Amino acid sequence: MEVVGEEDGDTEGKRKNGRSKKDEKKEDKEKVEKKQNKKNVETSSEHESSEEEEDEEEKEGEEKPDVLSPEELEKLKEEVDERKKLISTLRGKPWPMRKKLLTLRESHEFVEKYEGALGKGKSRKLTKWMKFQRDFENFKTACVPWEMKIKEIESHFGSSVASYFIFLRWMYGINMILFGLTFGLVMVPEALMGRPYGSMPRKTVPRADEANAMDFAVLWDFGGYAQYSVLFYGYYNSQRAIGWLKFRMPLSYFLVGVGTVAYSYMVVIRTMARNANEDGGGDNNSFNFSWKMFTSWDYLIGNPETADNKFASITTSFKEAILEEQESRKDDNIHLTRFLRVLANFLVLCCLAGSGYLIYFVVRRSQKFALEGLESHSWWERNEVNMVMSLLGMFCPMLFDVISALENYHPRIALQWQLGRIFALFLGNLYTFIIALMDEINLKREEEEVLKLNMTIWEASLYNGTLGANSTAPPITVHPADIPRGPCWETMVGQEFVRLIVSDTMTTYITLLIGDFLRAVLVRFLNYCWCWDLEAGFPSYSEFDVSGNVLGLIFNQGMIWMGAFYAPCLPALNVLRLHVSMYLQCWAVMCCNVPQERVFKASGSNNFYMAMLLVILFLSTLPAIYTIVTIPPSFDCGPFSGKSRMFDVIQETLESDFPAWFGKVFSYASNPGLVLPFLLLMVLAIYYLQSTSKSYKQANLELKKKLQTVSHTVIMSSYLSSPPGGEHRAHQGKSDHQIPPSATSPPAPRGHRMPGPLPGNQRQPAPSVQRVPNSQRH
Amino acid sequence: MGTTASQLGKDLLSEYQELTFLTKQEILLAHKRFSELLSKEDRNLTSVPMEKVLSLPELKSNPFRKRICHVFSTSDMKDGSLTFEDFLDLLSAFSDSATLEIKSHYAFRIFDFDDDGTLDGGDLEKLVNCLTGETEDSRLTPEEMRQLISNILEESDIDKDGTVNLSEFQHVISRSPDFVSSFKIVL
Repeated sequence: MEVVGEEDGDTEGKRKNGRSKKDEKKEDKEKVEKKQNKKNVETSSEHESSEEEEDEEEKEGEEKPDVLSPEELEKLKEEVDERKKLISTLRGKPWPMRKKLLTLRESHEFVEKYEGALGKGKSRKLTKWMKFQRDFENFKTACVPWEMKIKEIESHFGSSVASYFIFLRWMYGINMILFGLTFGLVMVPEALMGRPYGSMPRKTVPRADEANAMDFAVLWDFGGYAQYSVLFYGYYNSQRAIGWLKFRMPLSYFLVGVGTVAYSYMVVIRTMARNANEDGGGDNNSFNFSWKMFTSWDYLIGNPETADNKFASITTSFKEAILEEQESRKDDNIHLTRFLRVLANFLVLCCLAGSGYLIYFVVRRSQKFALEGLESHSWWERNEVNMVMSLLGMFCPMLFDVISALENYHPRIALQWQLGRIFALFLGNLYTFIIALMDEINLKREEEEVLKLNMTIWEASLYNGTLGANSTAPPITVHPADIPRGPCWETMVGQEFVRLIVSDTMTTYITLLIGDFLRAVLVRFLNYCWCWDLEAGFPSYSEFDVSGNVLGLIFNQGMIWMGAFYAPCLPALNVLRLHVSMYLQCWAVMCCNVPQERVFKASGSNNFYMAMLLVILFLSTLPAIYTIVTIPPSFDCGPFSGKSRMFDVIQETLESDFPAWFGKVFSYASNPGLVLPFLLLMVLAIYYLQSTSKSYKQANLELKKKLQTVSHTVIMSSYLSSPPGGEHRAHQGKSDHQIPPSATSPPAPRGHRMPGPLPGNQRQPAPSVQRVPNSQRH
Repeated sequence: MGTTASQLGKDLLSEYQELTFLTKQEILLAHKRFSELLSKEDRNLTSVPMEKVLSLPELKSNPFRKRICHVFSTSDMKDGSLTFEDFLDLLSAFSDSATLEIKSHYAFRIFDFDDDGTLDGGDLEKLVNCLTGETEDSRLTPEEMRQLISNILEESDIDKDGTVNLSEFQHVISRSPDFVSSFKIVL
């Protein structure tokens, strides 16, 4: 995905350089006639004509530079500019290397020779700059990790399996940036410049838990010392500025939280836009058969076994497509099919509702256990929620697969339904989880209220018996571990998400090891002593499930986005997880999987997965935003303790750190009277852009139809006239309808026999000549 | 002419970088692999015969390997042998960063089995046979073949002359979302 952008940037850079030099010369000379320039470019794409012009210029240039008249200088300048343009577009021309080299050297010579006459020195600096740019591009490509691994997978499994790993690598890049933000701007400043462990109640393990704070079981559960550290929200102090740098900790925490979401949106939308451009939208003509013919072979395949598989799948898809075309009107038993489909959807809905209820039930139960004290329950009961969610995620898709056998859809449509259902399942589970979490948050907040009341009683009990009335006493120092502290609901939320992700990761890896590796080992070694052929028959080796894995990745990322505000350690955890996943899955794929038999290039799937990622991003940030805006922060933990709302930190910063007029401007800007018209304006702009794009599509279709009718009339007219004269008339007909050759079609290569298409001339009569007996062809 | 010396000159290397879509590392790797193909032969040879090129693992399983060699070969004897520069042209057209225009242009030439500048029924038939493999039971019946070819011509042949020419081909290809990502060969 990345290299294409780099190369485009390279040529663009060169073009920009050419243009900037032009501007320079504008200052020196008169304005350049651009029309002449364009014409020159088109003619000079032919080798001979450029040579001719060069001869002309040489004759002119033999007079020494200071003797040249202004018009000749201008012409020379144009020549040089268009030579430079030629150089920058050489690599896109379908010429053999020898010709390109010759043209390049000649053009370079020409440019250097006359550059001196027109303007000095800048050419050398610019070529150094271009060289630096090119080296930088090379360096960037070399830096991209795991390139060799992915190439190996591409050659064995083709491009669809490799696309999963490319997607994984892209996610890894995003998570690295998020990790950089949270680590550098939130965790490190607090660790270095904030108050150390043990100096405040929120930073100390309570006395009651101190005994087992270092136990592995507790740490694995993210309690104990892990809970009271920079990993979670509750550790952070609400002091406005810390350290000698006067680092604004609460402000930085808030802005990093907002920044991670904003960055993610930007990256996802930018990638979607880029993919949409590549798709070459416009009309939705689908050239099914032609695409199967011309684009179905995957040139990356280097493995003979994969190639055989590919041959088989191409043949099958041809036969299927032909059959479908013939049977597309057959209607047999449509009522039964419809009934079965409705039944299947009903069953799926029941499944989804059932799983949602199960999760809700389990979360409530775990709250009950927590109230009773966690130690009195078994391991299963303690980790019930996470295990249930992971198991549901594993078994329900299989159930959906079985149900979809009722529906009798075309495999590609069935795949889309399956993906949609799995998406709904994960989404439903996640939201049920969040709702249950909200209940817990409310419980904790009630606890907090009770505790605040009790604090005063407890403080009084400290002084109990040591004071008379009306005497001031020295404040009693109490160790922070002994001070009762409020239940920090934010840390609790963070912990839940971290636990969920850890258990999800474990489930994935264990499923991988058992489902793929163990199965492959069994099939391989039991095959020697089993009645039927295990490799070809029932279990056989597993295929790599691209869509399931991509969905898992997307949902994992959604959970990270949801929890990152309350647990700054989540991006770091995810980076680690993706790193391990990459190596583990690369190994598993090469070792245990076989290439897919039916290869569905879920074409356009690139944007499909991006769209899902965008939806998940939106849905994940909703709960976090809701909690930030409506729920007041805990009174004694986290960087916002003591404020009535978390976003008050912005107000505070505006008042204290910025000059007074800034605050005034901001308050004007946030006035509803200004915001509403602005929103209205944006809605109108969107509507306008949409209607413009619709009209462009319409114009596109019209042009296409026109093209077809024109070519039809040409053919008709060439039929009506007699064969020898027909060519001339058709030629004349051609010149009237100036169908402008598209700028992107390269001229036909030389060295081909004459009856090829002439350069720049799309519809030409040679094909019609074919219908005439061969003696007529020249 | 391509050099068979063990090192590529610096100027030549930078010219190749400017004229192809390959990065410096890719050009050097290509040079290494090409020299390996030459190593057992006479040192003075500058072009590699087609059989040796077809032994490259990236091309070995490709059903169009012979056509690819013929298209990129600039030898006068039309025997499909490649010089180093032809090899670079090949890799550049199949590289990740090559433009759609270059790829579709060369794809057209590769599919044009009789080199007449258009894809007619004979070309399409040979194309289908290449794609369905060598074994007898994986080929299409003549009926199916006829149906397939008529469907294709119906879809792509805009001017209804019975052949697909370069611009019609490019029109079809530019709408395909898979083409650019599958038309790739990487060393």
